[in-house]
Formats: sequence, C-alpha cells, structure tokens
Amino acid sequence: MKFALLVLGHPASSQSAVSALQFARAVLRTGNEIYRVFFYADGVLVGNQMSAPPQDELDITREWREFAREHDIELIACVASALRRGMLDATEANRYEKPAATLDDAFTISGLGQLIDSALSAERLVTFAP
Amino acid sequence: MKLLYLLRQPPRRGALAQEGLDAVLMGSAFAECTVIFTGDGLWQLVADQAPEAVGGRNFSLSFAALPDYGVTALYCSAADLDSRQLTVSDLVIPVTPLSDAAIRDECQNHSQVFTF
Repeated sequence: MKFALLVLGHPASSQSAVSALQFARAVLRTGNEIYRVFFYADGVLVGNQMSAPPQDELDITREWREFAREHDIELIACVASALRRGMLDATEANRYEKPAATLDDAFTISGLGQLIDSALSAERLVTFAP
Repeated sequence: MKLLYLLRQPPRRGALAQEGLDAVLMGSAFAECTVIFTGDGLWQLVADQAPEAVGGRNFSLSFAALPDYGVTALYCSAADLDSRQLTVSDLVIPVTPLSDAAIRDECQNHSQVFTF
C-alpha cells in the first residue's frame, strides 16, 4: 500500500515528528511504500538545520534526514508555512535578504499543491497532528 | 475523489487554523471537498470577530467565498455547537450541524480525510 504522511507538529512541542518517523519506518519494514512526506504548519521546523539538541536527546532533524537519504524519500516543506516560521533554503534566504539559510537540504520547499497531490495519489494519507 | 477536511483549531492559536483553510482552498482546485468544523474549530465560524486588535487576520471572512471555490458541503458538529452554547445564527456562514454518527459516515464516504 502507498502511504503519504502529513506532519504538523513542532519537534520540540509535539510528538508528531517522532510518531511520523516511527510510522514511516514501519511502513517500509512491512513492505509498503511511502509516496511523500509533507511537512506543514509547525511541522516545517523538523527541517531546522540550526537545531543543536544535547547529545543524549533525539536529533529528529538528523533522523529524518538519514531516513530520507537511505530510502530515497521526498521530504517536502510547504513554502508558506516555512517562510512564516523562518525555515528558508538558500534561494529563499537570498530572495528575502535573510542572513542565513535555515532549512536542512534533505528537505525541499514546495507548494501546498504537493499535499493535495499526495492525498490524490497515495492510497492512505496519515496525519500526525500537533 | 472526495476530500474531507476536519477543522478543529480555534482561530487564534497560531497559524494552523488559517493553514487548514488554505489546504481546503487548494484541495478545491483538484477535487470535491467537504468541510466539517468540530471542537474548538467552531470558534473559527463565530461572526463579528475583530482579530486585528490582537495581531490577527480575519480569515473567517474567506469562508463566505467557499461556495465560489465549489465547496458547498459545509458542516459542523451538532454536539460541539451545543457544548459551546452556539447556534447556527451566531455563525458567519450557514453550516449544517451533524450528529457524531453522521460525521463518522462522512469519514467513511471520502477518499481521504485531512485533520487540521
């Protein structure tokens, strides 16, 4: 079965990103497919390359990055949500004349249409609420 | 394909309430959409809001345009309306109150369900 995941929670204020990753691993482990993972609203903060958690705490950004790279999975951050919350890739940082790019490059900025496409193309869309 | 949106955020707890509406509008371009307001989402519908006074944007005004986007299936939870001591006449658009059983049926009858 083909799954799309929607992540809405801020990594430091919600279990959303962790639950979604554990679910994503289970999807692949059971022989199913992940069509796309869409980070929306506070979920875009999962892509924050500036986060530096203590060594004995989970680095959820790194965990998602490694998972996506290992399995060639698309991590999309919604542009409107990202801009609002300061998650900018190099292009957007340049465009808005901000001093730094903050979005980890395992995440791709794209539009909300990709969320609708995920809903229409995957067999199940699973939402991880904040 | 039919998309169901369950909107349950109050209007002024961050941007998620507005982001839920944005997702409805985007979905309406591609599929038939149904919206059900539940829980604290009912507060998005209350008429005569003045959120500018608290740094907010009155996106609830956009609900009136939903039929222009082809979104005419607009509902709310009857139970949640009652528990908030609201009636349909307090709301900025006409929505049809649904029982919990009817809401469950709507979830079954749609291809995907978004929860915001």
